[in-house]
Amino acid sequence: MKKEKQEREQESLKKPEISVRNREFAVITYCFIGLFLCLMGYFVYFQVKKSEDFINNSYNSRQETFAENILRGEIHSADGEILAKTETDENGNENRIYPYDNMFSHIVGYSTTKYGQSGIESWANFNLLRSNAFFLEKTVDEMKDQKSIGDNVVTTLNYSLQSIAYQALGEYDGAVIVLEPSTGKILAAVSKPDFDPNTIEENWENIIADEEDESVLVNRATQGLYPPGSTFKIFTALEYIRQNPNTYTDYSYTCTGNMQKEDNKLSCFSGEVHGNVDLEHSFSESCNTSFANIGLSLDLYKFQKNNQKLLFNQSLPVSKLETSKSSFVLNEDSSISEIMETAIGQGKTLVTPLHMAMIAGAIANDGILMEPYVIDHTENYEGAIVKTYTPVSYGELMTTEEAGILQEYMKQVVEEGTGSKLKGMSYEAAGKTGSAEYGNNKGDSHAWFVGYAHREDKEDIAIAVIVEGAGIGSAYAVPVAKSVFDMYYRY
Amino acid sequence: MSSIFCEVSKYLMIILFALYTFECFFVFRKKYNKEQRENIFRRQNIWMLLIHLDGYLVLLDQTENWGILLFYGVQLIFFISVIISYRLLYEKSAQLLVNNMCMLMAIGFLILTRLSIEQAFKQFAIAVAAMIFALGIPFCIKKIRFIRKMTWVYAVIGLLALSAVAVMGAVSYGAKLSVTIAGITLQPSEFVKIIFVFFVAGMLHKSTEFKQVVITTVVAAAHVIVLVLSRDLGGALIFFTVYLVMLYVATAKPVYFLGGLAGGSLAALVAYRLFSHVQVRVLAWQDPLSVIDNEGYQICQSLFAIGTGGWFGVGLNQGMPEKIPVVEQDFVFSAISEELGGIFALCLIMVCMSCFLMFLNIAMQLKDGFYKLVALGLGTTYGFQVFLTIGGVIKFIPSTGVTLPLVSYGGSSLLSTVIIFAIIQGFYILKESEGKLNEKRKTGKRTGVTQKTGNLR
Repeated sequence: MKKEKQEREQESLKKPEISVRNREFAVITYCFIGLFLCLMGYFVYFQVKKSEDFINNSYNSRQETFAENILRGEIHSADGEILAKTETDENGNENRIYPYDNMFSHIVGYSTTKYGQSGIESWANFNLLRSNAFFLEKTVDEMKDQKSIGDNVVTTLNYSLQSIAYQALGEYDGAVIVLEPSTGKILAAVSKPDFDPNTIEENWENIIADEEDESVLVNRATQGLYPPGSTFKIFTALEYIRQNPNTYTDYSYTCTGNMQKEDNKLSCFSGEVHGNVDLEHSFSESCNTSFANIGLSLDLYKFQKNNQKLLFNQSLPVSKLETSKSSFVLNEDSSISEIMETAIGQGKTLVTPLHMAMIAGAIANDGILMEPYVIDHTENYEGAIVKTYTPVSYGELMTTEEAGILQEYMKQVVEEGTGSKLKGMSYEAAGKTGSAEYGNNKGDSHAWFVGYAHREDKEDIAIAVIVEGAGIGSAYAVPVAKSVFDMYYRY
Repeated sequence: MSSIFCEVSKYLMIILFALYTFECFFVFRKKYNKEQRENIFRRQNIWMLLIHLDGYLVLLDQTENWGILLFYGVQLIFFISVIISYRLLYEKSAQLLVNNMCMLMAIGFLILTRLSIEQAFKQFAIAVAAMIFALGIPFCIKKIRFIRKMTWVYAVIGLLALSAVAVMGAVSYGAKLSVTIAGITLQPSEFVKIIFVFFVAGMLHKSTEFKQVVITTVVAAAHVIVLVLSRDLGGALIFFTVYLVMLYVATAKPVYFLGGLAGGSLAALVAYRLFSHVQVRVLAWQDPLSVIDNEGYQICQSLFAIGTGGWFGVGLNQGMPEKIPVVEQDFVFSAISEELGGIFALCLIMVCMSCFLMFLNIAMQLKDGFYKLVALGLGTTYGFQVFLTIGGVIKFIPSTGVTLPLVSYGGSSLLSTVIIFAIIQGFYILKESEGKLNEKRKTGKRTGVTQKTGNLR
């Protein structure tokens, strides 16, 4: 361009009779060069950053053709266990083997030719069907007309935690999800009832028929929607603190075991009388009447707005995992009975265990939520890393001060309240129990525990446990959390 | 063995095309003299013919249809004839333009043969006719001087043709683009683009007084409005942009350009509010995966193709580009990116950019103000169309449904682009001859060594 200009100037010096003005031409040229560069830049950006979201989409029918040339890779746990592998028998038939049968059934999922994939098998389908083996080797494979070995997917899952959580849940239906708050890594995700991915193809018809109405294929840890019960008091307490930042410590209420507001009655669990309580003790002793009282004092518009920021009524910021939206419907028009019920976690509110674990994680992490993820990296079959997934921060769910207050309250639950089974361990546990009533029979309830544990020498872990239909949280859900914490902090 | 051949060819074609592209830009380095440049252009022909050959061998290997070999042979003769005839007929022709034109057409034939051999045949037949027709254009440019005087004829023909489409055009994908006359389907806006540029150049060359600008703007706006009524958004955008650029350059007043941009943005906003088909496009652009079953289907399929192809492509005939609706036309770039690879696709963008730069370069070197404006207008038409189509299929901008010139399937598009290239070629030859004349005058005055500088051949 420059050269052009100079020439032109020289020429116009020589021949002043022809005046040629090219400045505008140059401007247009540069504008278009800019457009083209943006175009190429975006193309590169798409290939590097965005393409994976599209390639892995289940609508992309190209994936199926890869299986013709690639032997599906393995799925590993973070501590080196093989969770899924493909074996070829002497007749050349490929079988997908899941060494731990039912234990990882939902999170690792299944891969079948007839019914497609689920879980990690589905989200990482493309990675498993790509081979980053040394290219000469691949060429030799092609010459011999044999399949190249696909890449392995290494998850963030921890075998020992998954295994202990799976055992601790026992015969009950329900879910356990364990996160590392500082990174968002999913360390364990158990969902029951489960299935054996080794034989899913044979049992498919039965599972789908679902005669006992147990929705075996649903991953309850990420998709199950439950009433939160008393664990919801975390949200109610936080909202009260936000609406009364300077006076929340002055709160006091005298619990007589039950209360009546107009025609609406509400009582504490098994009619227990908590006496005079402040906010902290209302929380740690899980006083229903006090929280109903708090609920009635709240600005419901703000409550709704703030809970949306706490991930209600929206998709959770989780890449790949299939999740359900938690719902919170309280607003200015809600009835008094609905406000009272909702404030203590009954009413119409529904949450997923993953959502609750993320909230617990954010509290442990001083208010910052890290987006949960389950694939740590992919590597070729010889272990050379192909792609590493790094933690992503979602941002601040609450201020450090707010998180600090909730940390204290949740510790108090363990020290003096309903979570006392976790007291006096090598680690410091904090959390909130819950007994979420469901159905029409008074007394049928799901046991909840939502919380985290801390010890200086290790990363914190956050957990959400739900034991369906078991009864009270302190008796059934807390022991599950304790088993997991004990295992994690065993040395 | 055959899979190794395909695998090696994949990389070979990328390397050859990268070499070709590299030379598109580096041929202009100062240190090369005329002869060296000549050599580079010849080398480019070799790279091009090798890519073409390799591509067809892969297709032969994949389909085992020996007829393809015959088709290849005819194409080879065609390309060699085009290159030779430009050299023979027009000694002063811009070689790089001829090379790029052939390169783009070769890629087009190759990918169309892979997608639909019937369409490739048709495309080739039209290309032959177009080239024969276009060979005469540079000659006409030299001889016919009254083209600048017929401004109102251009405007009337252009508006009539566009209105005809708006009234009785066939609807395809929500837009009225084409009319069928005596069994031949024409897309008049492709040709109106060219005479529109002539109209604007003629008007603004005559005078850039305010009154003249207003008259021209009204007529130009009429073009754009008729296109909007036909729902040909891509076409409307191209006409609009080309007019703004020409107005700005002719008047040298940035205020026209910026004012036009502001007005255009406002119009786009209004269109977004008023027309559901505009909203659909924007929706499909913002988050195609969320509307994959309907509005976003096409763009998602395109991105699946581009993403799965990666940097090196999956190899000719090994992908699934046929999953993308109208892949042969608006989405041909995605098919190329999937099968020939992202690097190849990037090179393709750069070759298109090289064409645009040649157009503008020639515009700058011309002395005649009318020709300058025409070259600018045609260059902008070409450049902006490339930007719209590629930007649309890679989801950089909302998709507007325009074709990739010389590569996409479509007779009107191919013919009009060949004409555009020939007109620019004509200007270049004109300029070169004038240059020669000046030189003769110079040498007449002062004896000594004559060395011409900076001819971008």
